[in-house]
Order: sequence, then C-alpha cells, then structure tokens
Amino acid sequence: MTQLDEHKKIRVGVLALQGAFSEHIILLNTLPQVSEAVAVRNAQEIAQVDALVIPGGESTTMALIAERSGFWPALQEFVQTRPTWGTCAGMILLSEAVTSGGTLKGDQKLLGGLGISIKRNAFGTQKESFEAGLHVEGLDNAERLFPGVFIRAPVIDEILKPEDVQVVAKLERDYGKTPKGTIVAVRRGHLLGSAFHPELTRDNRMHLFFVKMAQDWIASQSK
Amino acid sequence: MSFATPTNLVPTQNAGALSAASEVPEVASFNVKAGLAQMLKGGVIMDVINVEQALIAEQAGACAVMALERVPADIRKNGGVARMSDPKMIRDIINAVSIPVMAKVRIGHFVEAQIIESLGVDYIDESEVLTPADESNHIAKHEYKVPFVCGAKNLGEALRRINEGAAMIRTKGEAGTGNVVEAVRHCRTVKAEIRKAQLMDDSELFTFAKEIQAPYHLLKETAKLGRLPVVNFAAGGVATPADAALMMQLGCDGVFVGSGIFKSGDPAKRAKAIVQAVTHYKDAKVLAEVSEDLGEAMVGINISELPEDQLYSKRGW
Repeated sequence: MTQLDEHKKIRVGVLALQGAFSEHIILLNTLPQVSEAVAVRNAQEIAQVDALVIPGGESTTMALIAERSGFWPALQEFVQTRPTWGTCAGMILLSEAVTSGGTLKGDQKLLGGLGISIKRNAFGTQKESFEAGLHVEGLDNAERLFPGVFIRAPVIDEILKPEDVQVVAKLERDYGKTPKGTIVAVRRGHLLGSAFHPELTRDNRMHLFFVKMAQDWIASQSK
Repeated sequence: MSFATPTNLVPTQNAGALSAASEVPEVASFNVKAGLAQMLKGGVIMDVINVEQALIAEQAGACAVMALERVPADIRKNGGVARMSDPKMIRDIINAVSIPVMAKVRIGHFVEAQIIESLGVDYIDESEVLTPADESNHIAKHEYKVPFVCGAKNLGEALRRINEGAAMIRTKGEAGTGNVVEAVRHCRTVKAEIRKAQLMDDSELFTFAKEIQAPYHLLKETAKLGRLPVVNFAAGGVATPADAALMMQLGCDGVFVGSGIFKSGDPAKRAKAIVQAVTHYKDAKVLAEVSEDLGEAMVGINISELPEDQLYSKRGW
C-alpha cells in the first residue's frame, strides 16, 4: 500500500463562472484519487466538494459574476480553510494584491490567502504568449520537464509571507523582459497557485500534485 | 505554424500522457492561440467604440472587448465602406482595460491585419461586418503571431477558416439587426452537419469533404471530436439575456454582443444581465431575475425585409 491508497477519494469542484473549467474537469477525471470532478457555480454546489480549482479565464469577470450572484462570501469562506488551486486568473484571485497590469485596481476583488502579490500580463499581450518546459518541485517523474503554457500570463511579483510560502516553479530562462528565476508557482498551506495552464496540456502531473496535497491536508485536519 | 487540436476541448483517451517539453520557448504556437479562446469560454465579448464604453463593458464583466469605430447597427444605417478602426482609438482602449482587446479587419485585407497585430491587439476578427477587401481570398492566418477569429454559417466555411489559421470560430448571424434568427440557423447547421459526418465511414467522409468544400483532415478530426475543433462563439443578433442563454444551450462556448448592448436603453444593466445569463444559462430562475426591468432593447430588424446586398452573412467564401 502506498500512502496514497490510505486516503479517501475526494470530490473536486472546478469554479465554472467563466473560463477554461471543462478542461480542468477532464484532467481531474483521469485521476483514480478523484471520485468525481464537478462544475461549481453557487453556494450549494461549493458546499458539496472537498477541494476547489479556480481555472484560467478573466479574473475580473469571475470576481464580478461571483459578487453579483451573491456567491462571493461562500467562495471566500471556502478558500480560507479548504484546499484550493488557482491557475492563471485563479492564482490572481488567490493573491493579496495586484501590483501592476490591472486597470480595475481599486475594484478588482481578490480572495487572497496565497501570501503573494501579482504582476498581471507580465509577458505582454497575446502575441507574446508561449509554451516552455518547467521544473516543478514535487511532481512525479520530476526529471521530466512539465509543459508550461503561458497565455497573457501573470507572474508572482513578490512573496509577502516568506515564512510559509513555498516556491514550486520558476522560469528556467529569460522570456522577453521577464528574467530567469521569476516565480511562476507557489504553495502556502492548503493553497496552490500557478501562472501557467496545466489544463491546456495532456500531462496530469500537476493535477495529481494538487489532489495529493489536498488529500494530505484533509487527513491532517481530521486528526 | 499549423493547426493542432486544442488541448482538452473534449475528453480524450491520451489524457495523462507525458509530453516532451523543451526549455526553449515556442512563442505564439497554435496551442496558445486556441488556448486564449478557451480562456474566453463562458464569457461575453462586447463591441465598444471608445474608452468610456470599454470601461463600462469591463465593469459589467465582459471577458474581452471588440474595439471598432461603429457598431454594426450604425454601419448598416450609415452605409459606405466600413474599414478597420483608427489605431489610436484601439491603442487607447488597450491602455484602458486589463481584459483582452480584439479588433476587426476586412476579409482578405492582410495589411490591416499587419497593422492591427503591431498594436498589440489580443485577437483579430476577420469580419464580414466590414466591407470585404478581397472577394476570393481570406487572410493566410497561420503567418501571424496574433490569433484570428472568423465567422461561419456552416461546417464547410468554419473548416476552411480553421485551415487558413483561424483559432476560434463564431457564427455569423446577421450583425446589427438585434435578431437572433440567423445565429440560431448557423449554429444548428454546423451541429447538424457534424452529426451527419459522425455517422459516415471513411469513403463517405471524402465525398462529404468535397461536397462542403472542407479539408478532409479537419472534417475527420471534427467527426472524431463531435464538435468544431476550436472554440465556437455565438455572434450576430444577440440582444437579450434570453438570446445569449439560447445560444449557450444550443452548444456555443460563449457569446459576442455587438450593437445589442450600447444601442439599448440601459447599456450597463443589460451588459451585466447578459454576463450573468451566459454563466447561469441553464438556470431559468436566474435568467428570469436578470431579464427583469432592463429598459428598452435595441430596435430589431426583420431579416426577411433586408435586401440581399445588405446581408453581411453572405460575405466570406
């Protein structure tokens, strides 16, 4: 028995207000550790999942839809204590502050919790979007590069809580004006954030990484 | 650059396969072009003609804006040749909002496309709403780093555009009419043709490809996926939250709203309502709530009353 088999399967929700949520659901459903991956659009649906993925899309759009449909408080409460992974726009929502690249600065609502500040659209506009391999800490077969898909991607500008934020991935080389070593994925306790889109690859190792992290977290809370 | 089926658009057997990734970046690959369209799914893209409207759209929850000088309803009213917008106006909008900005170029006008690409626009719409610059050829779209969206009224047209490099498709509908009937027709036509293709064996597919003038390899991929092999939005005539939800329930991935918002009585309120309707498109209770008290919708046009030469959906080859 591996450690993984001792954990209960989990039900994972994917926030489905706007963006690439079905792509996440497809990859999560390939994992034996996941009993079911489902779309989450309101407070009733979020109450029925063990962990949440906030997908890529437009962070301003997702925040405005959640707020206007009265879902924001339940979402905020969930991410405070339950395992949540934000990719791209999702990571922006889990950050404490957007330092540049946002125009709705005052109004952009953030869930917070990851202990980081974000630079939006760090690489430029869409024509600068790219794919490049990354070393991601803690993945299975870690020697195999993970395909990083960066689309109008943000980067982590600053780690605000260095005592408990763990760097998960950095850029392997300079891309345009963004230097090698720039942080593109972090973990803090039950939260995970990545600037790139694992849902736009067929490689499910990041999804497995998150699901195991969520299972460990849930097991540690029930002790 | 060439076509590659967008990742995880539908469940696939090889999900979970390790791919060979290189540290050397591949900029503007088809995967990131089609990928941006995947990020726009479940969202509303709104036509705006200035910074003020762009900010209203962003505040309303638009997932992108389409910058253009005149909305289709005005192009229809004013007549004359409709061209790409003033680069200054497009740049002002890019600087004003954080969401993606799209802009239109005329069918076949590859220099307008070069100009718009240089501005740093996130998507180009090679659009039948503008006056075509070439009556035989569309732009060779794989050559650009910026992705393209194109209109289509049937499967053959959609696959020809994808073959030329379009990374996203939308229905043509009949822009500037506030009448959703053509968008519904185009969406249903594409779906019906895909279902037909799914039942065919290989030799029949060759013949069907010839019949609808579609590249065989894209037709085969479409039949395998059971849907268009790129993100597919509704466009052309969407005026109400119910119209938007109708197109979503018919299987579109998201919605463009052109004249429908800023030609209505209360644009901000209508824009917010359409955004909610696209997220909660299956929830009739939410749709009823957001449809309440929206003020006047744009005055619609009955398409059967339009003369043949004023039908934009006939443009494109």
